[in-house]
Amino acid sequence: MTTYLAQRILQSVGVLWAVTVITFGLLYLLPADPARLVAGRSATQEVVERVRHELGLDRPVPQRYLGYLGGLVQGDLGRSYMQKTRVSELLASRLAPTLKLTLAGVLFELLIGIPAGIIAALRRGSWIDQLVMLLSFTGVAAPQFALGLLLLYLLAYKFALFPLGGYGGLEHLILPALALGLAGGGWYARIMRSSMLEVLSQDYVRTARAKGLAGQVVVYKHALRNALLPIVAMIGTDLGTFMGGVVVVESVFGWPGIGQLTWQAIQTVDIPVILGAVTFTAFFIVLANLLTDLVYPLLDPRVQYR
Amino acid sequence: MKRWIVAAVLSLTLFAQAQSPGGSLTVSFKDDISTLDPAIGYDWQNWSIIKAIFGGLMDYEPGTTKLTPHFAEGYTVSKDGKSYTFKLRKGIKFHNGRELIASDVKYSLERMLNPKTQSPGAGFYGGIRGAGDFSAGKAKEVSGIKATDNYTVQILLDKPDASFLHKMALNFSFIVPKEAVEKAGADFGHNPVGAGAFKLKEWKLGQQLVLEKNPDYFMKGMPYLDSLTFLVGQDPNVAFLKLQRGEVDILGDGIPPAKFVDVMKDPQMKNQVVVGNQLMTGYVTLNTQVKPLDNPKVRQALNMAINKERIVRLINNRAVPAVQVLPPGMPGYDANYKGYAYDPAKAKQLLKEAGFSNGFSTVLYANNTDPNPRIAQAIQQDLAQIGVKAELKTQAQSTVIQAGGTKGQAPMIWSGGMAWIDDYPDPSDFYWPILSCSSAVPGGWNWPWYCNKALDKKAEAADAMVQPGQEAARAKAYQELFAEVMKDAPWIPIFHEKRYVMHTAKVGGSDAILVDPIHTPVNYAQLYVKK
Amino acid sequence: MASRSRQRFLRNRAGLFGLGVVVLILLLALFAPWLAPKDPSQQFFEGLTIDGKPLPPGGQFLLGTDTLGRDLLSRLIWGARASMIVGLVANGTAVLIGALVGASAGYFQGWVGALLMRLTDVMMAFPALLLAIALAAILKPSLWIVALVIALVNWVQVARVVYAQTLALAQKDYVEAARALGAGNQRVLLRHLLPHLFPTLLVYGSLGLSTTVLLEAALSFLGVGVQPPTPSWGGIINESQSYFTDAPWLVAFPGLAILLTSLAFNLLGDALREALDPTLR
Repeated sequence: MTTYLAQRILQSVGVLWAVTVITFGLLYLLPADPARLVAGRSATQEVVERVRHELGLDRPVPQRYLGYLGGLVQGDLGRSYMQKTRVSELLASRLAPTLKLTLAGVLFELLIGIPAGIIAALRRGSWIDQLVMLLSFTGVAAPQFALGLLLLYLLAYKFALFPLGGYGGLEHLILPALALGLAGGGWYARIMRSSMLEVLSQDYVRTARAKGLAGQVVVYKHALRNALLPIVAMIGTDLGTFMGGVVVVESVFGWPGIGQLTWQAIQTVDIPVILGAVTFTAFFIVLANLLTDLVYPLLDPRVQYR
Repeated sequence: MKRWIVAAVLSLTLFAQAQSPGGSLTVSFKDDISTLDPAIGYDWQNWSIIKAIFGGLMDYEPGTTKLTPHFAEGYTVSKDGKSYTFKLRKGIKFHNGRELIASDVKYSLERMLNPKTQSPGAGFYGGIRGAGDFSAGKAKEVSGIKATDNYTVQILLDKPDASFLHKMALNFSFIVPKEAVEKAGADFGHNPVGAGAFKLKEWKLGQQLVLEKNPDYFMKGMPYLDSLTFLVGQDPNVAFLKLQRGEVDILGDGIPPAKFVDVMKDPQMKNQVVVGNQLMTGYVTLNTQVKPLDNPKVRQALNMAINKERIVRLINNRAVPAVQVLPPGMPGYDANYKGYAYDPAKAKQLLKEAGFSNGFSTVLYANNTDPNPRIAQAIQQDLAQIGVKAELKTQAQSTVIQAGGTKGQAPMIWSGGMAWIDDYPDPSDFYWPILSCSSAVPGGWNWPWYCNKALDKKAEAADAMVQPGQEAARAKAYQELFAEVMKDAPWIPIFHEKRYVMHTAKVGGSDAILVDPIHTPVNYAQLYVKK
Repeated sequence: MASRSRQRFLRNRAGLFGLGVVVLILLLALFAPWLAPKDPSQQFFEGLTIDGKPLPPGGQFLLGTDTLGRDLLSRLIWGARASMIVGLVANGTAVLIGALVGASAGYFQGWVGALLMRLTDVMMAFPALLLAIALAAILKPSLWIVALVIALVNWVQVARVVYAQTLALAQKDYVEAARALGAGNQRVLLRHLLPHLFPTLLVYGSLGLSTTVLLEAALSFLGVGVQPPTPSWGGIINESQSYFTDAPWLVAFPGLAILLTSLAFNLLGDALREALDPTLR
């Protein structure tokens, strides 16, 4: 276990490193000149060159990369080209909102998806199964912007049950999380249903089901645990990707998550902010995946750490 | 003989007493406020917030484009137009309580010109004597900026520049206290200290910004509001709902396009909308260095092919069709100029004369934010009618800007969402940065790569008309210059957008204030709450 | 297909419905030029109100018009082409890669598994938006690039879930028994693991179709994919989402098309599986 963990942490550092290299390479390919954008539309070529020098963009790419890596190791992500603010400060201001929305979003996905999936599996082929299927597919196919606007219009404007977007307490969190839950819950329902069916079809479960109630409870517990493995994998990926920001939901609900920050930075080619945001996201993705890999053996003891 | 030009502050203070002070208002925006550093901020959203916190030597009379001294009490211009002397008002105080004096003006300008500051506005001030040497690191100070005593500043120029006073009303020249800048360092943009009508109270990144009244503001009785809140991250559609609930008082991003027609048809809601002009022209650039657009006949033909009325209708008539470079309201705009009328038959004829009776293929770039891809598609369809097949490339703004500034790359660009809104209300701002030879360089904004040396000379001559009383002659000179430009047809002017500011009933202020041509969306210092 | 399987399939009404819809949409895509009532790119002057608003369904434009005054029905029919290519090729490739990587990593584990799963970590953290913008500027925009980017990004989720399932399955008695009997890795993977993974892959194949079709629009927005005026279902939604309170048909009809297609593929896949292997449920 300890060796496994040590190995995994080492690998994770390697993953983070690879992500920074790729991102740096991509930024180099981007068809825009940040020095030009910073210097402004009235700038002469000389002014642009001076700004380029100030930004350190006149150095060779490998040197710039090493500079970035050196800063990263010391916890210094540099300053935004456009705002001149410390990138760490910008990221920090988005951390709590992003974390809250991520956790609440996954929670809603589970609250919606798991019961729906279990019911559908137990009542396979019934109208309930078909209804769950229809709703799952609708949730996934619904465009998020329209869905979010509809939720806001109905639940916040017409019936005034929730505030009209914005960041704050629990009442602000519910609608955006619900929007995420409705979109993602369909996935959980479908996967839950199919893994439940898989487990239910196995001989020992069939026998136990035939034996009567007492056995049934035990088996459901066992079956559920087995069926949860792919769900845990999905939770892991969602935790990771949501921490990278959910641009559309954030912008509809006025939620100050990291998605909006990253999107604006990409639009303005604000390289330090992009690099910072990607590294921030990668960190959480690697962490989430590590945690899920550690959870598998707890759910199914036959799976081992190796 | 020097003639002092003195501000009409008296009339303003009289006007002020008519309003009852107090109260607070809320403005909504979609984008976050990037910075409040006057040397750095360069978008219309933070510009007017910066104008509320800081101030410069010059300003405009509220609701107009008429220059007036601001922190300066008055100024003189030398006969040759190369020397300006500003007399500062006494007793103006920064938010930290210290008096603003002449050395602060010199410090602020030099800070902005210092490449370490990375000011996107430095390019406007390259004409100050010694500015080039200073920013190249060859001189410790800008020799052309002199604080002769605590209340007098003299600025020398390399050559006369009639737009210079506008530049002294531009945010980049706003005055900052050295001690506060040095204390905050690069974080000054988040800890602004100025001498303007409001001061910063609270800023939650990505959420809201609150300004409060500066009680020591030099204009007595101003501002009227006790506080002003900016809610950011608000989708325009949601902000619209908030406005109806009274949670937001002014829609910073305007009326959401999907709601516009309904609002204007609803008599009650329409009352909450003020319509104004914007010094803006949207155009298609025709790259004069790319075949077959290098042929003026072809460019003229394309000018006749576009049905601008239909494009204006696509954006719910929120603009007026354009036939020239300058927008209405700009000195030099020619209300009688007809330009190229919509005439596909004649366009075809011209193409035939140019040797393209079967049309040709080209590429049209556009920014990918709504409504620009739609407008580009309308243009594409119109061009197809005269046999010109334009392939569309809708891309991120920075990509399009890069393509425009790369020689020989983008044959045509629809400028919407990127250009051109004035920096200051002077016709030179529609020539030098986007149509002059000096701007037809890699990375520049002269996307048609148009260069007419004779016109550069004309513009220079017009810019030398700096004396009071020469304004009309100068406007005339620019009017002729832009008529010449249109003969060469490096652009297809498409439309001039109008501005629609929607507010709640409690927002007070004349219509001119609510669609102030300088402040977008509104002139915050002049707002009040109706009681 | 053995005749017994065929009979079982023909008795499955849901499966037949799915097959019908899939065939219909493929026909629409294939014969769009003949089936569409109007030119999908033609901006009709009478297709907008005098205020520039799109027309609701009915009359000359059966499903209404879009914000440029174009016939929505014709755009939907033509849009089936781009959307089907993306939905089938991009999503199919993503599911295939994801299944291969996930199953191999879960089955072999050890350094192979670690390597493959760290690769998925990297890909998950990969800034796809940046890649899209860079590609848009370098390459000529095309549907195939979109398909490539989507496949490159989307296989990761499949791989993670398949990996988790394979971890559990690989310990099951029948797999161990097969191994003990000397079955090769390939045989175990294909004969003993794949049938159990199929339901998951079907979920990704069908639900993934929806998300992929929507993602195509987001990437085209950045300039990598089909450029206007070429229609795609996701593109129509993307163009008109902010008008949705005012012109709901612009979002509802393409949304329904996407929903129906992914549902149909799901029903068809489910029915095929049952027909071929009735012992598995």
